[in-house]
Amino acid sequence: MDCVVTGGNVKVLAKAINSLSRIGDELYVEPQEEGLALRSVNSSRSAYACFLFAPLFFSRYTIPRGHTFRCKIAIKSVQAVFRSLATLEKTVEKCHIELDEQKNRLTFTLHCKHGLMKTHNLSFQDSESLQAVFDKDSYANVFRCNPRLLVDTVVHFPPSLEEVTVSVSDERMWFRNHVEEDADQSKAMLTELCLASEEFDHFGVKAHNGVTFCLKELRGLLVFAESTGLPISMYFDEPGSPVVLSLTDSVLEGNFVLATLSDDPNHRKNNPRRACTPPPPPPPDDFMNDDIDCYLIAMDTSIAPGPSGAGPPTPPLSDSLCSKPSAAANHRTRPHSEEEEDETADSGRPPNKKFCSLFFGSVLPASSQMTTQPVTSQQVLASDSEEDVQ
Amino acid sequence: MPLSTQSQADDEQYVLVASLDNARNLSNLLKAITFKDHAIFSATPNGLKVTVEESKCLQANAFIQAEIFQEFTIREDSVGFQVNLTVLLDCLSIFGGSTVPGVSTALRMCYRGYGYPLTLFLEEGGVVTVCKINTQEPEEPVDFEFCSTNVTNKVILQSESLKEAFSELDMTSEVLQITMSPSQPYFRLSTFGNSGNAHYDYPKDSDMMELFRCDKTQTNRYKMSLLKPSTKALALSCKVSVRTDSRGFLSLQYLVRNDDGQICFVEYFCCPDEEVEEE
Repeated sequence: MDCVVTGGNVKVLAKAINSLSRIGDELYVEPQEEGLALRSVNSSRSAYACFLFAPLFFSRYTIPRGHTFRCKIAIKSVQAVFRSLATLEKTVEKCHIELDEQKNRLTFTLHCKHGLMKTHNLSFQDSESLQAVFDKDSYANVFRCNPRLLVDTVVHFPPSLEEVTVSVSDERMWFRNHVEEDADQSKAMLTELCLASEEFDHFGVKAHNGVTFCLKELRGLLVFAESTGLPISMYFDEPGSPVVLSLTDSVLEGNFVLATLSDDPNHRKNNPRRACTPPPPPPPDDFMNDDIDCYLIAMDTSIAPGPSGAGPPTPPLSDSLCSKPSAAANHRTRPHSEEEEDETADSGRPPNKKFCSLFFGSVLPASSQMTTQPVTSQQVLASDSEEDVQ
Repeated sequence: MPLSTQSQADDEQYVLVASLDNARNLSNLLKAITFKDHAIFSATPNGLKVTVEESKCLQANAFIQAEIFQEFTIREDSVGFQVNLTVLLDCLSIFGGSTVPGVSTALRMCYRGYGYPLTLFLEEGGVVTVCKINTQEPEEPVDFEFCSTNVTNKVILQSESLKEAFSELDMTSEVLQITMSPSQPYFRLSTFGNSGNAHYDYPKDSDMMELFRCDKTQTNRYKMSLLKPSTKALALSCKVSVRTDSRGFLSLQYLVRNDDGQICFVEYFCCPDEEVEEE
């Protein structure tokens, strides 16, 4: 792999990396024919972001021939290459990214003013593919606005606020801070902001839904969007389904996919199969426990039958990302109808991994589908880890 | 001015009297070498030299020539003492270090000799403060035996570009490797940190390079922790000269312009971390 980024695009690349750093600690790098994909995911797998830079973004773009290459690097190391964003524009003339597969190194060379050359040889690890599968075009609600609007909205919420609830009617969108049900209502401060549809470039509501997601992760995108001035498109469906925020221009595309809190009682009610399996024990109060993932998966698996319905799944996410392109193809949208997942039963994968594998689809075949192309009738069920509190 | 009303008689008891209209011309320079509490002061008719050392591996010197002072009187060939540098700096900025133009702290530094404290008379806006700082027996500074005849490689760079490199250095690297060569990469700073290695290359024909005189390729490593304090001197300076000798010892000389545009020097000597095979 050999790419060269020149001029102002170096700063755009640096900002994208910074914005990915707000999601997760590792940067997943995958040079593809359609462009260079840079991705990140958070530890609880409830937030995912991907930036795809088209070949035209680069002044030179060559990818490894004959085989797909993927790696992950500690995001802090990459950020160190692009330190002092403010002076990047003024000092860096071009950035050369080169892969040395023999030495397992990715080299970033910055050609700066006055002949100064900064070379960073970063070691990487091979990684599984990280590709969330989502079909934003099938979502009921679609909006597009200037990033300034969202920035100005979000500024009213304290930086410590974890979650925000966005709800819509035909003409309005409300942003409200999410307060846990068991929190003391009399002590909680509620902030609500209402935006009229006129403030948006596009306001398409098909379902009067409200979704709750983590605000912190959104801020990363907003910083990037504001600096580039690109309009943000927001897609969401029902609670439980992730909210997708995208921005595109001719040479780049960014997607932030954030899990939303699902309406728990509905899931339980509508899924008789779920009622048969014993509810898993609630996770310890310390949310940093790895078992959260298992709980999440078991909880939200209102899906196909399978061998290990009861036990907590131990395999990490990466296991579920094997090449099974068609396995996920036939999910239904409503929990109660998901018993009919015969294909998935055949796939041999236990359902409690299905949650993750829905969100992070298997590596798509060599036709290399872009992450944003809709995978037919694929539904993503991604629930926010906070749900486990109830 | 209260300071100038000191009677002549008082002055005769001091072996050293040095006055500055702007104490910052001294304090700024001293801040560039404050990585240890104690400093060795050495005054000669040429001026004042302040030395700070770290475990015999690193030495920093700040030179303020006699001409910089408004008054510089020395009654002996050489006067030396040791004081707590942190305390001295606190005294020099006792009026709060305001940067309002035209307002500055005036300093009159007096030393009576061996066993006596260092007396500072500081005045700002008509208010006078007298500080007396205990002195100690001056230690003999290490002689790094760095002489110009042994210098193998020398470059002079404009500080601006080096400042950028130093501010970005990977601090997880234990060493800073400096390569100087008559051929590529000419002048290279390298770090070896947790995430990988990084190199900062300055070509010999860069417009930041004021002088490039490298006779043979040399690569030396220095402990990052030792060189870190030098970034303060770098920040103040406009030019820096980097020299290495045949043993791999490093000399960094910083040209600093004070508030009044006068030139002072700060120098750092550092011994190499280990023997590195010369390429």
